[in-house]
Amino acid sequence: MDLFSFRKPKNELESQPNEQQNIPFIPEEMWVKCPKCNTMLLTTDMEENLRICTKCGHHFRMNARQRIKMLADDETFTEHDADMTSTNILDFPGYEKKLEKARTKNAKESVICGECKIGGIKTVLCVMDADFMMGSMGTVTGEKITRAFEYAADKKMPVVVCTVSGGARMQEGIMSLMQMAKTSGAVKRHSDAGGLYITVLTDPTTGGVTASFAMEGDIILAEPDTLVAFAGPRVIEQTMRQKLPRDFQTSEFVLQKGFVDAVVSRDNLKNTIVKLLKIHGYCEEVPEQ
Amino acid sequence: MTAYEKVTAARDAKKLTSIDFIARMFGDSFIELHGDRRYSDDKAVVAGLAMLYDTPVTVIGLEKGRNTKERMERNFGQAHPEGYRKALRLMKQAEKFRRPVLCFVDTSGAFCGIGAEERGQGQAIAENIMEMMTLKTPILTILIGEGGSGGALALAVADEVWMLENAVYSVISPEGCASILWKDSTKAPEAAEALKMTAPDLFKLGVIERIIRQPKADETKMFESLKILISRTFEKNLALSDDELTSARYERFRKIGRPE
Repeated sequence: MDLFSFRKPKNELESQPNEQQNIPFIPEEMWVKCPKCNTMLLTTDMEENLRICTKCGHHFRMNARQRIKMLADDETFTEHDADMTSTNILDFPGYEKKLEKARTKNAKESVICGECKIGGIKTVLCVMDADFMMGSMGTVTGEKITRAFEYAADKKMPVVVCTVSGGARMQEGIMSLMQMAKTSGAVKRHSDAGGLYITVLTDPTTGGVTASFAMEGDIILAEPDTLVAFAGPRVIEQTMRQKLPRDFQTSEFVLQKGFVDAVVSRDNLKNTIVKLLKIHGYCEEVPEQ
Repeated sequence: MTAYEKVTAARDAKKLTSIDFIARMFGDSFIELHGDRRYSDDKAVVAGLAMLYDTPVTVIGLEKGRNTKERMERNFGQAHPEGYRKALRLMKQAEKFRRPVLCFVDTSGAFCGIGAEERGQGQAIAENIMEMMTLKTPILTILIGEGGSGGALALAVADEVWMLENAVYSVISPEGCASILWKDSTKAPEAAEALKMTAPDLFKLGVIERIIRQPKADETKMFESLKILISRTFEKNLALSDDELTSARYERFRKIGRPE
């Protein structure tokens, strides 16, 4: 006989399945706590509010699909190079498994590139995705972004890139580093051809992405509550052996230091981009009669 | 030598630094130029003008220092944004006079610190990479020790990149890689193998064009043959039009990691 059968189950795992039947079912995802003001928010409210806290305006992270939906005009986004996938080019131990795990229905790579209309204006849009290996830059990331800029230069289209990245993809070693040069080359060519490039820095933008195309926009916008860094705060704390000031490397901090043009909240982002596109002479496409 | 032995050798305090290369190859003809004209003079970057036989060249090197005092002064070869901006200033100057640019890379990486972040380390590196891509004068980079990530690449967007046979070039240090991926920095030797950071590996991957043999003792011959090789490469590239030169540089990087 089980000596401890009288004991109340301590946690979910110990409890018997039939004991739970009386408790009303509350899905975990129904509520979310704002990390800034600690308010419990209804997930649906937060989602409807562009994943911004309804009380304090804190910006929650957003995945690439959600962001495309937010920026592109309805039904106008056509993805480019959707089937291009990362492979284990250096035979790095364990990389295939990691890739497999990272691939979900929504995130197949760390960037989604394509063309769309933003406020009626034809634009090349690249959105990085933190859901895929923390938006790390591998060769496919670099290739897709390079192709996007080459396409835009060819078609005389503006480019908007939303960055989010933990940095280089270690498992692709030096090949990952080389993507910084490759993408920067394409940005430069697009720029020399007179094309407008708007960067939107989103949380977190760090490492090799910061040290390449993220900082190369004609106009650099940042969302509030965004970490913008070359070396992340943990790395610096380890090397300096000192605590960093609280606002260090936030979007407001890099704005004050002169490295971004403006901090724009998400509900105003599309408007701002459309305004910028128009100021640069890009026009709405008039539908053919 | 295993990959990790090469890492250790590349970090050896007794090995030749950029200053040695400059002194042995250019002697008295070298004139050092300082400052980024914006903030300060970063001593982790040594730069100036020199004569390569009859050709004036701009020389830029990441300098670790040759003894403890120098190493402190040079911040162990870890440049701040002002170092990269000094390098870019002198590259732009070289472009104006169509003077070839020779870069020596020897750094564990760009400096990680509060000041470096405040002054835009990421922006400084990004700007170098982007501007070097279309710089209208030949650029040649030689990795002479450690080539650490973005801080090395900021001087390595060149027409050709060469490496000493025991130099290493990587996106992250093997210790960093091991501690992030396997939570165990003692696995650095395994990480060094996996990262493919040695000269033969990088040659196979098409990341470098030439491996320079390192003599065990007297380096005089190595410097003499290096000078001849560099001179020939510059001569060849100076004969190209601006467009041919920058297109070839673009293609050099464009083809890396292009899926079939």
